[in-house]
Amino acid sequence: MAASSLASRAVASLSPSISTGASRDDAGSSSVVGFHKRSSAFTGRRVRISSGHGSSAAHGRRSCVVAATAAPVKESPPKIADALVTREEGLELYEDMILGRCFEDMCAQMYYRSKMFGFVHLYNGQEAVSTGFVKALKKDDYICSTYRDHVHALSKGVPARQVMSELFGKATGCCRGQGGSMHMFSKEHRLLGGFAFIGEGIPVATGAAFNTKYSREVLKDLSVDAVTLAFFGDGTCNNGQFFECLNMAALWKLPIVYVVENNLWAIGMDHFRATSVPEIWKKGEAFGMPGVHVDGMDVLKVREVAKEAIARARRGDGPTLVECETYRYRGHSLADPDELRKPEQKNKYAVRDPIAAFKKYLLENGLASEADLKAIEKKIDEIVEDAVEFADASPLPPRSQLLENVFADPRGFGIGPDGKYRCEDPAFTAGTAEV
Amino acid sequence: MAAAGAALAPIIENRLLLPPNAGRIRCSSSARGALVVRGAALSEESRKNRSSALKAVAVKGEAPNLTTAKSGHEILLFDALREGLEEEMARDPTVCVIGEDVGHYGGSYKVTKGLAEKFGDLRVLDTPICENSFTGMGIGAAMTGLRTVVEGMNMGFLLLAYNQISNNAGMLHYTSGGQFKIPIVIRGPGGVGKQLGAEHSQRLESYFQSVPGLQMVACSTPYNAKGLMKAAIRSDNPVILYEHVLLYNLKERIPDEEYVLCLEEAELVRPGKDVTILTYSRMRHFVLQAAKTLVERGYDPEIIDIRSLKPFDLFTIGNSIKKTHKVLIVEECMRTGGIGASLRAAIVDNFWDFLDGRPECLSSQDVPTPYAATLEDATVVQPAQIVVKVEQMCQGLV
Repeated sequence: MAASSLASRAVASLSPSISTGASRDDAGSSSVVGFHKRSSAFTGRRVRISSGHGSSAAHGRRSCVVAATAAPVKESPPKIADALVTREEGLELYEDMILGRCFEDMCAQMYYRSKMFGFVHLYNGQEAVSTGFVKALKKDDYICSTYRDHVHALSKGVPARQVMSELFGKATGCCRGQGGSMHMFSKEHRLLGGFAFIGEGIPVATGAAFNTKYSREVLKDLSVDAVTLAFFGDGTCNNGQFFECLNMAALWKLPIVYVVENNLWAIGMDHFRATSVPEIWKKGEAFGMPGVHVDGMDVLKVREVAKEAIARARRGDGPTLVECETYRYRGHSLADPDELRKPEQKNKYAVRDPIAAFKKYLLENGLASEADLKAIEKKIDEIVEDAVEFADASPLPPRSQLLENVFADPRGFGIGPDGKYRCEDPAFTAGTAEV
Repeated sequence: MAAAGAALAPIIENRLLLPPNAGRIRCSSSARGALVVRGAALSEESRKNRSSALKAVAVKGEAPNLTTAKSGHEILLFDALREGLEEEMARDPTVCVIGEDVGHYGGSYKVTKGLAEKFGDLRVLDTPICENSFTGMGIGAAMTGLRTVVEGMNMGFLLLAYNQISNNAGMLHYTSGGQFKIPIVIRGPGGVGKQLGAEHSQRLESYFQSVPGLQMVACSTPYNAKGLMKAAIRSDNPVILYEHVLLYNLKERIPDEEYVLCLEEAELVRPGKDVTILTYSRMRHFVLQAAKTLVERGYDPEIIDIRSLKPFDLFTIGNSIKKTHKVLIVEECMRTGGIGASLRAAIVDNFWDFLDGRPECLSSQDVPTPYAATLEDATVVQPAQIVVKVEQMCQGLV
C-alpha cells in the first residue's frame, strides 16, 4: 500500500473512537475491579483463590477482570465492516488484552504485598497498542520495548509464569531474576528487551532490522524476513537516538516499525510542555518515511495500521513511524503519586477503555457472546493466579548464579596468579570469588 | 629465553635490548627466599592447564614464531589490522564493519581500505554521524546473529556511545539472564597524538574499564595488532580494541601463516631481573627507548606489554614481580582513575608479599592535552622520566 494511503488513513483515524459509555471506578492505585451492576453486560466479581499457604492474606484476592460497562450510548457508533476481524481473531485479541490488564493489576497487588520491588511501570490502558501490533506479527519477528515491557512480553508469547517470576526476582524468571521489571528478554520469543533508559532500545531494534536486511542481501538467505517493532513513548521522541535511528532506518530501508505509545506524559512532564511540535507522526516525513497517527485506544484501528506497516516493512519498502494516541490509567510507575494529571483528562480516556470498547464491538457484531468473554476472563484469571503461585513457589537465585552470565565466554574474567583461568576456580561456580 | 618467549615477541631489529653478560648492577632486593619463578611468562604446564580445561582461542606457544615461519612479510600496523579484519571477514560471512567513513573512504586511518570494494557496502557500512545509535545498531545486530566490528573514528567519539557500550554491550548479556550474547568488537584510535588537541587525545580505557562485562585489549605492534583483532572478532564477549593514533605506521615482519593471539594474555617483551615494567600501547615503545639507555647503564629491566587492559594477566605479571620485587607501571592514562590505578591496586592485592617497595606508576598529568607542543610533551610520560624512575627504584631511592 502506498505511503499516501497510510497517511490518509491517519487522518481518518483521528475521528473519535467507538464510544462505549463505559466507566471505570478506579480509585487510583488500588485494585481495578468495579462492582457496578448498571448493565447486564458484565459484572465484576471476587474470586476466592485457594493457595497452599493457608494464610488469610492469600485468599480473597480480587479478580482483575475489567469493570462493568455503563448503559449503552444513545447514538449508534459507525458500523465497522465485519471483515475487519474474524471471531477467532477477535477472541484472540480480547484474550490478549485481558491478559495484559489482569497481569498488570496483579503486579500492583503483588508490589503492595512486597513480592516485587524497585521500579514497576504498568501498562493499564495501553493494551490496544501491544495487542494490536504484536498479534499482527509472525513468530520470527522481533520486538523491542522499554521499561513498560510486561505486556509486550506477554503479547509476544512469553509465559506469564516467567514474567511474574522475573518480577519476583526468582531463578525461574525469564532472565533468571537478573533483569527485573525493566529488563524482560526472551530469545525464544524474540523479545530484545526491556531497557531502563529511554531511547536505548531503539538502536538495538534497528540493529535487528539491519540483520534481516543483511541476511537477505549479504548472506542471501531469503527465508529471513523478520520485521522488528520498536515500542517507546512520547518522551523518547525528543531524544537523539530516536531521530538518529529514524534517519538510518529510512536510509537503508530497514524492515522496522517505530511504534510511539504517546500517552501524553513522561512521568510528570506533559508532552505539550516538552515538545515543540507535538504531532510526533509528522516527524516521519522529515526522515522520508510515512508517519501515521492512530487511535491507540481502539485495537482494531491499531491492528489495521499495524498490518499495513508490518507488510510494508516485510516487502522491503522500509520503515514506518506510527504514533498511537493512548493513555496509561495508572501513574508512571507504582511509586508515582500521579498528582499532576487532571481528573478531566483521566476521565476522558477512562471512557475509552480499549477493553470495554472491544468487548462492546464483539458483542454488537455477534462475534462473541457474553459467555465466551466470561470464559476468557476466567481463563486469564486462572493463568495469572497460577503465575503468582508459580513465582511464589520458585526458588530465589542461589549465590552460585552471581557470576555466571557476566560474560558469554567466562575466560573474560582473565588469568589468575596461578596461571589458570579464573573461571576455573571453584569459587566461581560458588559465586564467592571476587572479580 | 624460553621458546615461548621467542614465539610471542616480535622480532626487534635492535639487539641492544638483550642484556649484556657483564657489568650488571645488583639491585638491593631483600633475600625473601621467594618462589623460584621461571623466566618465561608462560610455562608449558600452565599452557597445558589452560588448553585442556578450555578451548582457548589461541595459546601463545601455538602462534607461529618467526624462526619456524616461512618467511613472513613486512607490514605496517594499520595494514596488519586490516589483514586480520579481512581474513576474519573472508572466513565468516557474519562479520561486518560499521562506522564513519569505513567504506568508500577506506577508514580515516586506512584500517578498512579496500574492504568495501571487496565485501560490499552492506558489510562495510558507512554510517551517518551518530555514534550512540550506530553502536547500538551494531549491538542489536550482534544480539541477533551477526559479528559486528564498530569503529570509532577516534576513540574519543565513543564517549557519545557510552550509553550503548555500558548498558547494552557490557551489561545486556547479564540482564537477559545469559540469553543474548554480544559478540561485538569496538575499536578505534585513541591516545595522545601530535598536537591533536584535547578532545582528540583521550584515553577511553580509563572510562570503560569499570563497565562489567567488557573485555579490553590494546595493541602496540603489527604482530599483536593482527592477532588481537582476529581474537577479538572470534570472541563471544564484547571486546574493546584500543589502537593508538601514532602507531599506525609502525613496521614489522609478521608471519605469513594465520595466527590468533590470546585476548587475556600479556606479552613478555624483554626478560630481565632488576625491575618489572608494565606498559601498553604507545608507552611500550617509550619504555623500549628508555630501556636502551638503561641497559647501557647496566640495568636489566623486564618489560611486559600487558595487552589485556581488562582483565589483567595476573600470571605473567605476578611471575615477573616475584622475580624482580619491583614494579613500575608506565601508562598514557591520566593519573586519576586510569589503567595504572587499577593495576596498582591489583598488584597490591595479589603480590604485596613480593614487593620491596610500593608499585610505582608513571602516568599522564590530569590535564586536558594542550595543543602547544611543549605543553603536550609535558603532559605525557617521556623516556627520560622512565630512565630516572628505574634508576631510583633500583638504587633504593624510592
